Amino acid sequence: MSDIPMMTLRPTWGVRLAPWRREIAVLLLIIVVCLVLTLMNQQFLSGQNIQNLARRIGMSGIFAVGLGFVIITGGIDLSVGSLFALLGILQCFMLVDWQVPWWIALPAILAGGAFIGLGHGLLITRLRLWPFVVTLCGLLIYRGTAQFIADNNSKGFGNGEGFAGVQAFLTGHLLWVPVPFWILMLVATLGGILLHATVYGRHLYAIGHNEEAARHSGIRTHLVITMAYVICGVLAALSSILFAFDSGGITPSNHGSFYELYGIAAAVVAGCSLRGGQGSMVGIVLGVVLIQLIPNFVNLLGWDTSLTFAVMGVVILTGAAADSLLVRRR
Amino acid sequence: MLMRSGPSLRNSADSDGGGSFGNRTMTKLLEMSGIAKRFGGVFALHGTDFSLSAGEVVGLIGENGAGKSTMMKILGGVHQADAGTITLAGKQVSITSVADATALGIGFVHQELSVFENLDIAGNVFLGREPRTAFGLMDRARMRRESAPILKRVGLELDPSTPLVRLSLAQRQLVEIAKVLSLNARIIIMDEPTSSLTLSESERLLAIIADLAQQGHAVVYISHRLKELMACCSRATVLRDGRNVGDLVGAELTHHNLVRLMVGRDLPPAPARATIVANRGGLSLRGVRTSAWPEHAIDLDIKRGEILGLAGLVGAGRSELARAVFAIDRALAGTLTLDGKPLRINAPPDAIRAGIALVPEDRKLAGLVLDMSVRENATLATLPHHVRGGLISRQSERAATTKAINDLGIRTASGELSASSLSGGNQQKIVLAKWLATKPQVMILDEPTRGVDVGAKQEIYTIMRALAANGTAVLMISSDMEEVIGQSDRVAVMHEGALAGILSGTDINEEAVMRLAVGQVAEGLAT
Repeated sequence: MSDIPMMTLRPTWGVRLAPWRREIAVLLLIIVVCLVLTLMNQQFLSGQNIQNLARRIGMSGIFAVGLGFVIITGGIDLSVGSLFALLGILQCFMLVDWQVPWWIALPAILAGGAFIGLGHGLLITRLRLWPFVVTLCGLLIYRGTAQFIADNNSKGFGNGEGFAGVQAFLTGHLLWVPVPFWILMLVATLGGILLHATVYGRHLYAIGHNEEAARHSGIRTHLVITMAYVICGVLAALSSILFAFDSGGITPSNHGSFYELYGIAAAVVAGCSLRGGQGSMVGIVLGVVLIQLIPNFVNLLGWDTSLTFAVMGVVILTGAAADSLLVRRR
Repeated sequence: MLMRSGPSLRNSADSDGGGSFGNRTMTKLLEMSGIAKRFGGVFALHGTDFSLSAGEVVGLIGENGAGKSTMMKILGGVHQADAGTITLAGKQVSITSVADATALGIGFVHQELSVFENLDIAGNVFLGREPRTAFGLMDRARMRRESAPILKRVGLELDPSTPLVRLSLAQRQLVEIAKVLSLNARIIIMDEPTSSLTLSESERLLAIIADLAQQGHAVVYISHRLKELMACCSRATVLRDGRNVGDLVGAELTHHNLVRLMVGRDLPPAPARATIVANRGGLSLRGVRTSAWPEHAIDLDIKRGEILGLAGLVGAGRSELARAVFAIDRALAGTLTLDGKPLRINAPPDAIRAGIALVPEDRKLAGLVLDMSVRENATLATLPHHVRGGLISRQSERAATTKAINDLGIRTASGELSASSLSGGNQQKIVLAKWLATKPQVMILDEPTRGVDVGAKQEIYTIMRALAANGTAVLMISSDMEEVIGQSDRVAVMHEGALAGILSGTDINEEAVMRLAVGQVAEGLAT
């Protein structure tokens, strides 16, 4: 009811930076973790470790960007990890068993991701199913299908006849930096522009905050939401190709399992709200970096690697609790 | 102010009413004095006084931001005062929480109802203090038994086990009041209780309030509807900018006095009705059927240059009609033409392209994205206008927002503040800015001034009038009789999904509108 005070003061830095507090906090945390690791273990700054880290950040960052789009609409995609298994198996079959040229097979994988994203989007917008339910079923269906197709056997890429070049490129380096990291930079830049500077991005945020008001403002909410799932599907497929080549083979029962949760955690830790409408591209990328640093952290400090999940959980929970306490204080 | 009434207040001559509180004397039941409250650097209240006697209904009015809600939230324990005293029945009390207030017999019926649709009436009345049986289970029978007499007192003759989903908004409000009564409230604070009720529902509520006063309760009635205040209050306290600027008692309670005290100046008289130039075109509805009332087809012409008021009871199908025209809901049948040209509208973007704009009924749910900034809201319907080279130009957006803030007099420190930080009137102006940017040919406004203070109301009327004068066809859906009568050039009235009649010129009066709204077919009125 009360009117806001008429302020003539210029906003202070605190006010200006307030919307970025999550991103800033994660950045500071990353810096602290890196400093600790540098001091504790010289291997952290070794070229091999940095390259390895960058490669994993690249591969997991690409699908986290896609998940970010979906999460900003207020949705979720739980099926990404299973999708990696299904698309990975298909990638093996196409390239090895059916000898499909890679320049057909890889675009086909991307198209498959887009198609599955479209299916999710249509089920969510047309049939008004909950994103959680749709993609949870996706998680089960794609994993099961992958296992069935592969007869529950692992599949490899053999000697890479016909696609060894592209596999080497995608798992290799360009100017010392791993190719997946370059791809992530490209995806994040384009995604950032799409999210923060285009009409589509603005519509995405409006829907995430208030779908009803967005519809009343003439936004084609169904189209915008469906597109977010298609983007998520394509980027998941892109990640999937990289993960498949990187691992050199697919075990359908566990390839990619839990990966969707890394992506969701990355998006959420640096500012995306699962209620939608919040988050930034910078935040998503920083979140990925932090999440990928954690296994490295556990490993290089000589902790038992089976603690990785637990450490990840504690970090995310601490972050969320600290943020909540800070916000409530104001 | 000359009208400050001092201690010689209304004589409690009705003390034979035998209410449940025997100690009704000339002493005040409640005395709040010197209440001050600061939020950050802003004073919401500067040593404000307020008093209340048992059996009295006191109106508390003022523009948004005047401090009336803050004052009552301090009484209700939601906020704590920085200075000042509260004396209840002669004893100074300290109220530091809602629980304190409840224990002292202060009940608050909030503007936004806090009832639960998934529970029954008794469950709502006893929410949070459900009686238990010997086995520790909820004692439903006792809840029903005990809520029945309370329901009777508020005039709600329903089985206490009726689920709330089946209740109308007005009935839900009565449940809320019953809940407050069941807590033995001596003082009942009602914050804009009629803002979403129809006229007849409001009248019933006013009768119930009078009844409660008879039973010895003291009622604080916060409302923007001056007519209701005049009808039900024996006295009104007017706040302006956190100060008590005067009490009006009895015959002093006139529209003129209230408005002058509230705004501190005389408002310009409402503009005269426009004379409609025939055949200037406009939006025509033919045979439009909505899924809410599929059996009725609506024919309606909204002419360019006029404000067509659309009156009727809540649930008469007015909002549904508007939503069908704007294609939020699919119309079952019917055609739309603008200036004689047929329109094909399957979704809201089609409607916008055709030049139709809809300011929806629920500002917070459908009108605005509250968590987005003023700028982002103001440009949401016209974003493509601000695109340069595929990207949104912030500069272009800012220019448009600054212009809208100046043109419509939106009170905000910056276009970058979130819409949620603005008052109701200013929020509504953002919605208007969003639609004015589309240069609408047809503007539909559904309850445009609900929850808006008097000053902003007048400004919204001026904007509507200017739109019409520029040749836009304006359809104004309103449940506020003063607004319908005062602002419309013609008035269409709906009753249970059908168009009951159209009034124009001197036929427009409260009685004629009400007759049509309740379904009495008036003689000699063209439909």
